[in-house]
Amino acid sequence: MSAADVPVPAEAGRTSGEVSVLGRRPARRRVWTDRLATAGLVAAVIMVLVPLGLILFTIARRGLATISWEFLTQPMPYSLRKEGGGLLNSALGTFLMVGLATVFSVPLGVLAAVYLAEYGKKNTLAGVIRFFTDVMTGVPSVFVGLFIYTALVAQIGFGALVGAIALSIIMLPIIVRSSEEMLRLVPSELKDASYALGAAKWQTVSKVVLPSALPGITTGVLLAVARAAGETAPLILTALGSFKIVTTLVGEPISALPLAILSGARNPFAAGQARAWAGALELLVIVLVFTILARVIASRSRISS
Amino acid sequence: MRHVRVRRTPATVATIAVMVALFGLLLVGCGGVKTADDATTAPTTTAGDATTSATGGSDTTGGALQAALNGAGATFPEPLYVEWAGEFGASVQPGVSVNYQGIGSGGGIQQFTAGTVDFGASDAPMKDNEIAAAEDKSGAKVLHIPTVMGAVVAAYNLDGVTELKLDSDALAAIFLGTVTKWNDPKIAVLNPGATLPDSAIQVVHRSDSSGTTNIFTGYLTRVSPEWAAKVGKGKDVKWPVGVGGQGNNGVAALIQQQKGSVGYVELSYALESKLSMATLKNKAGNFVVPSLESTAAAATGVDIPADLRFSLSDSPGAQAYPIVGATWILAYETMKDPAKADALKAFLNWALTDGTSVAQELNYAPLGDDLQARALAKIDMIHGG
Amino acid sequence: MAGRLATGGPALGAGPLLGRRGLGRNADPLFALLTAAAGSTVLVILGFMILTTTMTALPAFQSQGISFITSTDWDPSAGRFGILAFIYGTLVTSAIAVILAVPLSLGVALYVTEAAPRRLRSPITYLVDLLAAVPSVIYGLWGVFVFLPLFLQPASAFLGRFLGFVPIFAGPSSGLSYFGAGVVLAIMIVPIITALAREILLTVPTEDKYAAYALGATRWEMIRGVVLPRSRVGIVGAIMLGLGRALGETIAVALLIGARPQISASIVQPGYSMAAVIANQFQEATEPHIRALVGVGVVLFGITILVNVGARLIVMRMERS
Repeated sequence: MSAADVPVPAEAGRTSGEVSVLGRRPARRRVWTDRLATAGLVAAVIMVLVPLGLILFTIARRGLATISWEFLTQPMPYSLRKEGGGLLNSALGTFLMVGLATVFSVPLGVLAAVYLAEYGKKNTLAGVIRFFTDVMTGVPSVFVGLFIYTALVAQIGFGALVGAIALSIIMLPIIVRSSEEMLRLVPSELKDASYALGAAKWQTVSKVVLPSALPGITTGVLLAVARAAGETAPLILTALGSFKIVTTLVGEPISALPLAILSGARNPFAAGQARAWAGALELLVIVLVFTILARVIASRSRISS
Repeated sequence: MRHVRVRRTPATVATIAVMVALFGLLLVGCGGVKTADDATTAPTTTAGDATTSATGGSDTTGGALQAALNGAGATFPEPLYVEWAGEFGASVQPGVSVNYQGIGSGGGIQQFTAGTVDFGASDAPMKDNEIAAAEDKSGAKVLHIPTVMGAVVAAYNLDGVTELKLDSDALAAIFLGTVTKWNDPKIAVLNPGATLPDSAIQVVHRSDSSGTTNIFTGYLTRVSPEWAAKVGKGKDVKWPVGVGGQGNNGVAALIQQQKGSVGYVELSYALESKLSMATLKNKAGNFVVPSLESTAAAATGVDIPADLRFSLSDSPGAQAYPIVGATWILAYETMKDPAKADALKAFLNWALTDGTSVAQELNYAPLGDDLQARALAKIDMIHGG
Repeated sequence: MAGRLATGGPALGAGPLLGRRGLGRNADPLFALLTAAAGSTVLVILGFMILTTTMTALPAFQSQGISFITSTDWDPSAGRFGILAFIYGTLVTSAIAVILAVPLSLGVALYVTEAAPRRLRSPITYLVDLLAAVPSVIYGLWGVFVFLPLFLQPASAFLGRFLGFVPIFAGPSSGLSYFGAGVVLAIMIVPIITALAREILLTVPTEDKYAAYALGATRWEMIRGVVLPRSRVGIVGAIMLGLGRALGETIAVALLIGARPQISASIVQPGYSMAAVIANQFQEATEPHIRALVGVGVVLFGITILVNVGARLIVMRMERS
């Protein structure tokens, strides 16, 4: 039973006619202070929700003006100023790099989470890993881009692979920590039952624990994907940008939606700006779909409890 | 411990399946996707042009070439290079794709030196030490190939002021921060008919390393001793005042967004973004409107050395616009990939001959005949091996 | 048979979970090793990151000495790299963001946990969390084209006109400034602080709250007297995590801060931040310039880590008590 469920005693803090336990109304000043404070809280909520509304509204309005079937299926036109074309190459670049990053980071992250959850209760190694994973979630993404540039791009050039590696470094700590939380939630009764039937630890983990925690892990992965899809700074230094649809993984600069939007923000040409807004709408939809999907999966698996 | 009954919800399975399927489809499908087909640029060259020999060069545009070229550098000529790339890939050599990214002249030189791009672009010719570093690293000679000339204009955003006349004094003072309001006497005396507001001047300059900055500060250094002493010339200088925009794009966008601002951009950007441009007083004492004609007028009579690195600012011509610069493509004489070398040669040859019409459309002045011949000779030196 | 018994499986029966085919008794230790290796990869990557970047930046540190972080003279073409102006900008924009975001976040968190009607709690929380999902580049795009003319420019002009005599608000402003970047940063970190603050506020024991009500306290008095004191430590942790995010934020700041590598006393003047200068100047930088920029990244990383680690230690201490 959480605090939010317990009803507040009848009109605590209200006045006019209500009598408190002490048999008196609270003094005028205290009442007005309380009202002012409540108004302040409401004001805070409004001040926070207004920018959100404004962002969603603006992007929807300006983006919808340009979004069309042509936009979604045509690559960038070879012109900064001409209208038409779309951002297909950027969208595909995002899918490619985020997809690759997911392939790199999910198995690694989930296995690491298994280690932390199953073998890491009192282990110092696990404690160290856990601490530094948390530290890694706070690393500025531009720093990750810098690292990949100095370590890889100087050797093998710009491309989708190095972009994907940068994104996977950003996704990894998120997946590790959220998966660990989910794995811990698997009730020990299930595991005990599995051991009682003679399963080895690895069988228990792979056939009982992981499937049980799957919704939660999926939630974490989806949130990490949403985060990676929106990252720009690491891609400036690794993917560079391109006008055409790129499928090679190494040595060819490639575009991504955030990069295209960034160019658009620095673009004085109306056509380029229009494409940027449409790109922003596309990216926002992708990110929100993944985020909301993650929450839906999380809440549905919780509801069944 | 709370008992959690866990379900493998259909949503979970569906999500995973969809993600895997999407990714798989992507890899399979994209393998067959060809490079971008520019649906919006109408081809203006016919097939016949593709086999015409360029002046002084061998016929490399005849056969069908196959290569993907990557170039990066100056934003000064970016609108032009991007349209050249599209045109060339659409109608001249469909097997060749040219990807040009405007990251600033400094960026062009750096990535060219690092070897991460096939060619660089800069409006500031490489300095001797930069050339030495690049030749050292690559083992090949660096070629400076001028492509076009462009004007750097003072673009501004002022309501109700359709014509603004400035001389070198006023311009330097604005960017030095000594003149801070639009109705300052230094500006007012040149514009007797205009109503200049009593508002602050918001200066916009470049935040990245820029050849446009090099051209602009080169001019100011020549005409203003105070500027030469306090700030000097370079791709990157310590600006006394103002906000920084990224690329010619960024500066133009900032000027567009802020009333009362003034900044320097390449002519094409000002025209395309419908920014007002200041009329400048040139060396001959005439107030000249920046345009294709006044840009071309600045190029006559300049002595050009053998390596084709030169400056065009403060030209003496009567109708010359005072702030004009050339822009170069940087290429290595010997390229590791012969297919890329051939493709680059073909692209540059076409650009400097048939591409001049596109250049003029975008208000970049093509090179004069003599300079064009010398540039084409340089292009000819590129080979694979 | 003996093998099975030895590893603790039942002697009888069969089922899908039984069987020691293949690796036999080596399976479990191998699996443990595999997962430990996966876990250690995180450490390896982090260590490699720190090592590579520090080694790349070392020549820059050595050539500039302590003036790297004490000088404001950033002149790449002259080979001088003083990053004090960027450190200043990062700290100032983050400070503005935190000062603006904390009251708002606390307000939202308090509203949602204490004062909101039951039915509004979930929707408001959901919406605020959605703000966290919006990518930084979209904040930047919106910030430049919508928020700048709509709010930042008028607000800066207002501050300049009426409070211009105060040095921190002095001077004509275009809106692109520490203030501009700081306000948008505030919007970006509000969801993080709100989410954490909410969790912490929910841990305050209800008995204490009702004790206050029983004594006749109004809701605000209860919040001030019971909820806030008990959540103080956790809220500090939440604030520090929000600060950590603000310190590392790149794109929105790069687009709104004005790109001026100099310190300015006034917050409505343009400036520069560490993350922004890296993003803006990296592609064009030549050898010594690149090393200096990587050095900026290392310093930024160091500051961010200090703040994040500090926050986690505070939160850990709070969780333990």
